[in-house]
Amino acid sequence: MEYVSPEGLRLDGRRPMEMRQLRAELGAVSRADGSAVFEMGNTKVIAAVYGPREVQNRSQQINDKALIRCEYTMANFSTGDRLRRPKGDRRSTEISLVIRQTMEACIMTHLMPRSQIDIFVQVLQADGGTRSACINAATLALADAGIPMCDLVTSCSAGYLNSTPLLDLNYVEDSAGGPDVTVGILPKLDKVTLLQMDAKLPMDIFENVMQLATEGCKAVANYIREVLLENTKQLENRRGV
Amino acid sequence: MEQRLANSLIMTVNEKKFIENALVSDIRVDGRRPFDYRNLTIRFGSEDGSSEVQLGKTQVLAFVTGQLVQPYRDRPNEGSFAIYTEFSPMADPSFEPGRPGDSAIELGRIVDRGLRESRAVDTESLCVIAGKLVWSIRIDLHIIDNGGNLVDAANIAALAALSTFRRPECTVGGEDGQELTIHPPDVREPLPLILHHFPVAVTFGFIGKENIVVIDPTHYEEEVMGGSLTATLNTNGDVCAIQKAGGDGVLQSVIMQCLRIASVKAGDITSKIKNAVESYNTQRSLRKIKRHNPSPAVSNVAKHHTERLVLGANEFNVGSQSNEHDTMNEISSTANGFSNRDPNSQSVDTDALRASQPSCATPLDKLNEESTQVNPETKSTQQSSDMNSSASTHEATDIGLQENQSNTLKDAVKPKHKRRKKSTSNVNAS
Repeated sequence: MEYVSPEGLRLDGRRPMEMRQLRAELGAVSRADGSAVFEMGNTKVIAAVYGPREVQNRSQQINDKALIRCEYTMANFSTGDRLRRPKGDRRSTEISLVIRQTMEACIMTHLMPRSQIDIFVQVLQADGGTRSACINAATLALADAGIPMCDLVTSCSAGYLNSTPLLDLNYVEDSAGGPDVTVGILPKLDKVTLLQMDAKLPMDIFENVMQLATEGCKAVANYIREVLLENTKQLENRRGV
Repeated sequence: MEQRLANSLIMTVNEKKFIENALVSDIRVDGRRPFDYRNLTIRFGSEDGSSEVQLGKTQVLAFVTGQLVQPYRDRPNEGSFAIYTEFSPMADPSFEPGRPGDSAIELGRIVDRGLRESRAVDTESLCVIAGKLVWSIRIDLHIIDNGGNLVDAANIAALAALSTFRRPECTVGGEDGQELTIHPPDVREPLPLILHHFPVAVTFGFIGKENIVVIDPTHYEEEVMGGSLTATLNTNGDVCAIQKAGGDGVLQSVIMQCLRIASVKAGDITSKIKNAVESYNTQRSLRKIKRHNPSPAVSNVAKHHTERLVLGANEFNVGSQSNEHDTMNEISSTANGFSNRDPNSQSVDTDALRASQPSCATPLDKLNEESTQVNPETKSTQQSSDMNSSASTHEATDIGLQENQSNTLKDAVKPKHKRRKKSTSNVNAS
């Protein structure tokens, strides 16, 4: 199947280096301390953050750091076929672990000892790149909750089909069997914190694809900064500043 | 969600600082250099498809089993494989019995990703009847001792077990081609799995603020490290999978450097696995040849020729079985026909050959049984048959020599004639 046409257009009409349309909204869940909805094309994800609050399970309390918990679920209606096991299956457990460890790298946990921060992420619409959308949504939700972080974490995926590196794969391109590289970076520090790859790729091509994904992450970071800036201006207006 | 497990290792600040400070001067606590692997030992169990890997203090067992099942609807002519991990509570005080925890699932997924997406295991060859019956391979990984870096050890164990696994051969027959007969292993030789390449996992740990990189972290280093990167590569220069699940951020250049180091290490480990698998296969083929033990005087000679036989026969133990059969026939024919050919060396030859015959009689029976399973011979049989016939020639010769010692000088000279005659008869036979 042809994923990149001879004119250089992908299945959804994008160029190989083009990302899908981004859309973010803060404060979607009113009860949570911080929440956000993040959309990357047709992939829609909602994240809610509770914390810092008292540790619910005393035995898990860490005396010098905050305890981070994360749960990733997919809504039953998020994929084409109705999902029977939205959470608890191996993939969800692994992604929960990955998101938790990624956010732990940027949250300044030593400022909140003996407390707990819960991050709940749910996928409402899955069209490829759910992992990246979840991390971006979690970053926004944590910022909305006012939790101190040393840097934003942004994530984007890239692949390699028809001998072309493609940025931000959708579901059809992802299930083509080609490689899928998901990168999460700390944009200001320019450091890679999350890197996952499956399927085979020669090493030099991998370097190109990873570089492309990193560029995508920086574009997402710019967008997120704009959204946060806009949100702060609105808060200022409401306070009458 | 329960990342802080009960009874997990609690390290003192002093211990942590010691490890970090030692690394600043490029020294690791167990005396290794930053990019050295621990000692790797690969052993195999008695059954095909079971392996035990020891990497330093880490011990992992892997078992591969196969079952005939219905294929997935969207992949009707492909087999499947699944990986199950068992973090035994005996391995670490923090492992709990019951459902696998986060790290167990992560390990299973890393090994799975390395094998599945890179198409290391050929699933299309596992199809028996398209759409109805395919082989489903199950890989069980048991962690026996957690000395750190479980991912690498488990990956090596899985690869070793997959390389030695044999599945029974099945043929499809009947009028409509739907009848399935599974041949038991003693009727038809079971078949190995087809592995296109060996995806080897190499784990790096990032320790300290300066992100010092170490390879193959021990349990203590894992407690101290801020992040880890597991790269699964093969020897063809492909990256099969990468897992860096959060943790401290590292520069892109560091990641590329790690990948380059990993490809070198992957080459080392692949050759180690291949050597271990080869020696296992030769052991296996030796076990298949049920040799009768000859008299002690010739046992040394026989041993020497056993080694020569092993060098000739690869995995085709079948070839050597048929060799024995042919050679024994040859000897018995020459025993009878010899007296006709050379009236001078009559007495010695028949005596010598009669002495060797009782010892050859019993293996002949066993070989008759085994030779019914013989598959078509290969080129190696010709070479091995020559070697083998010369082996048995020398056997008979030695027996002859022993008996000759009580006789005259004339008899002592005769073995030379015998050898020449036998070599000519071999040339005629071949």
